[in-house]
Amino acid sequence: MLKNEKLLKFLGKKIVRFIILLIFVILLSFILIDMSPINPVKTYIANLGVVSPEKIAILESYWGVNEPITTKMFNWLANIIHLDFGTSLIYRAPVLDVIKQKFVASLVLMLSSWIFSGVIGFLLGVVAGFKKDTIIDKAIKVYCYILQSAPTFWIALLFLMVFSVYLGWFPTGLGVPVGTLSENVSFWDWLQRLILPMITLSVVGIASITLFTRDKLIDVMNSDYFLFAKARGESGWNLIVRHGIRNVLLPAITLQFLGFSELFGGAVLVEQIFTYPGIGQAAVSAGLRSDVPLLLGIVIFSAIFVYCGNLIADVLYNFVDPRIREGEEDGG
Amino acid sequence: MDKLLDVENVSISFIQYTQGLNQRDLKVITDLTLDISEGEILAVLGSSGSGKSLLAHAIFGILPENANLNGKISYKGKELSQEDKEEIRGKDIVLVPQSVNFLDPLMKISDQAIGHTDSDEERKAKKAKQREIFEHYNLGPEVDEMYPFQLSGGMARRVLVSTALLSNPKLVVADEPTPGLDEKTVQETLNHFKHMKEDGIGVLLITHDIHAALEVADRIGIFYSGYVIEIALKEDFTGDGENLLHPYTKALYKALPANGFNLTKGHQPLHGEIPNGCPYYDRCEMRFDRCKDERPELLDLGNKKVRCFKYEEGA
Repeated sequence: MLKNEKLLKFLGKKIVRFIILLIFVILLSFILIDMSPINPVKTYIANLGVVSPEKIAILESYWGVNEPITTKMFNWLANIIHLDFGTSLIYRAPVLDVIKQKFVASLVLMLSSWIFSGVIGFLLGVVAGFKKDTIIDKAIKVYCYILQSAPTFWIALLFLMVFSVYLGWFPTGLGVPVGTLSENVSFWDWLQRLILPMITLSVVGIASITLFTRDKLIDVMNSDYFLFAKARGESGWNLIVRHGIRNVLLPAITLQFLGFSELFGGAVLVEQIFTYPGIGQAAVSAGLRSDVPLLLGIVIFSAIFVYCGNLIADVLYNFVDPRIREGEEDGG
Repeated sequence: MDKLLDVENVSISFIQYTQGLNQRDLKVITDLTLDISEGEILAVLGSSGSGKSLLAHAIFGILPENANLNGKISYKGKELSQEDKEEIRGKDIVLVPQSVNFLDPLMKISDQAIGHTDSDEERKAKKAKQREIFEHYNLGPEVDEMYPFQLSGGMARRVLVSTALLSNPKLVVADEPTPGLDEKTVQETLNHFKHMKEDGIGVLLITHDIHAALEVADRIGIFYSGYVIEIALKEDFTGDGENLLHPYTKALYKALPANGFNLTKGHQPLHGEIPNGCPYYDRCEMRFDRCKDERPELLDLGNKKVRCFKYEEGA
C-alpha cells in the first residue's frame, strides 16, 4: 500500500516537473527561432522563381510571419491542445505523421544500439574490472579512452569509408534502395542499411558504460562486504557474480538510461552521415530549410523522449534498490 | 591443548608515494608475534588506527594489493601460503567483522550466510544448518529474508557471529567486535566468544577495548607502534599491575580510571616515525642507554612474552 502511494506521489511530482520543463523548452525554442534568420517564406519562394512583393506579403500574412512572438506562440499552443502540430513545409504532410514515421525509424536505430552498447559495455566493464591491471584490462581501457575522445561523426565517417566504400559490405546510406517502391523493400534491404549506423552508435556508446562499470566494480571489489565474502571462502567468478554484478548492475542500468540524451545527439549525427531517414536527419533538414512547425514538433518529442529516459532511471534508482524501496518513507 | 595459529615476526608495509615519484616503504606492523591454542581466547590490544585489523586481513590473505607481508603465519604447525589461506578461509578459520558494512547491502541475510552452493541438496543442507544456528542465536525466520540495513545493532552482531559459526570453525578471528554497541549488546557478544571457547574453538580477539579484553581473554597481547611488546596473562592485570612486565603495559594499566588514572606523557610514535631503538624509549621510565639505538627482541618467558632489555638474562 505504502509503496504504491509513494510511487504515485513520486510520479505526480515528476509530471509537474515535466510540464514545467515543456513550458521552458517551448518558450526557449520560440525565442531562438524568432531570433534566427529562419524565414519560411523565403524558403518557400526560393523554388518558385520570381515572386512579386504582393505575393510575398500575402504569404507572410498567411503564415503569420510578422505577428508578434506571443501571438505566434499562443496560436501554436492552442492548436497543440487539439494535437494539431501544423503541416510540415518540406514534407507537405501533417507534422505528427512525419514525426511518427521518422521516430519509428530512429527508435529502431537508437534502441538497438542502446541495448547493444549497454550489454557489450557492461560485460567489457565487468571483465576489465575483474581482470584489473592485466593486459585485457589495459586493452579495454585504451579502446574506451580512444572512443570516448573520438567525435561521433568522425567514427561514423571512418566506418563509412572502411565498410561501405573500401570493403563494400554495406550500402553507403539511405533507409531503402533508391528507386524501389516502398512495398518492394525487403526486410534485408532495410536491415542492411540499419547495421552500420547501429554499430557506429553502439561503438561510441560502449566507452562510457564500460569505464563506469569497471570503476564501480573495482569500488565494490575494495568494499568491506566484498572482503568479508572473500574471508568466508567465496572466490573467483562466483564472487564477482554474487556480490560484484549484483551491486554494479543497478547503477549501470541507471547510467544507461541517463544516456538517452547523448544517444539522441549521437543519432542526429550518425543519421546525417549515413543519410538514414530518422528523426535526427529530419531535424537537421527542418532547421536548414526553415520548416518551423516540424522543427518545433521534433523539439517537443525529443524532450519527451529524453525525459522518459531520465524518469526511468529515477524510478529504477528509487524503487528497485531494496535499501530505498523498503527503507525510509521519504525518498525525495 | 594444541596450538592452532602461530604468527611469527609478521610485518606489513605499504609502498607510499611521498613527494612526486619518490616511494617509501611505510611499515604499519613491524614485528608481530603471537599464538593461539584450542579453546583459548587471545586478545590483541592496541589503539585505534594502529593497524591491528591488518593482522586479521593478513591471516585471511585479503590484504590490499599494495601491501607487503613478511614473516610466518602457520596453522596447526603448517606455514600458510596465499593458496592455503584461500583454501581454509571460511572453513577452519573464520572472520567476525567489525560491522554490518561487511555484509552485501543488496543480498538477503540468509543467502549471504550460506554462500555459494553448487547443488540444490548442498543448498538445502546449508540452509537447515544456518536456520539452526540462527535459531540458537535468537534470530527468527524473518531475519533470513531481511537485508543488512534492516538489522538492528544487536541483531547485526548476532548475524555476524552466527555466520562465522556456520562452517564449524576451529579458529575465530574477531576484528573489533564491540565498538559502538550498548552495554547489553557488548556483554552478549562477549558471551558468544566465551561459549566458543567452551566448545574448544580458539578465538583471536582484536580490539582496542581493554575492558572487553580483560573480561574474556586468557592472554592479552599488547600492540604498540607496530610491535607486540608484551603478551601477558589476564591474571597479571590485577593489584598494582606488579606482575605486568613491560613499562608500557604497566602505564596502560595505571591509566585506567579504577587504577589511579595516571597518564604517561607523550604519544605512540606514528607509522614512519618509529625510532631505531625501542619504540617506547621516549616515554620509558626505566630505560637503559642501549634502548635508544638497539631494538629489543621479544623474549619468551614461558607462558608470557615481553619485548624489553630489562628482562634479558643478566641484565
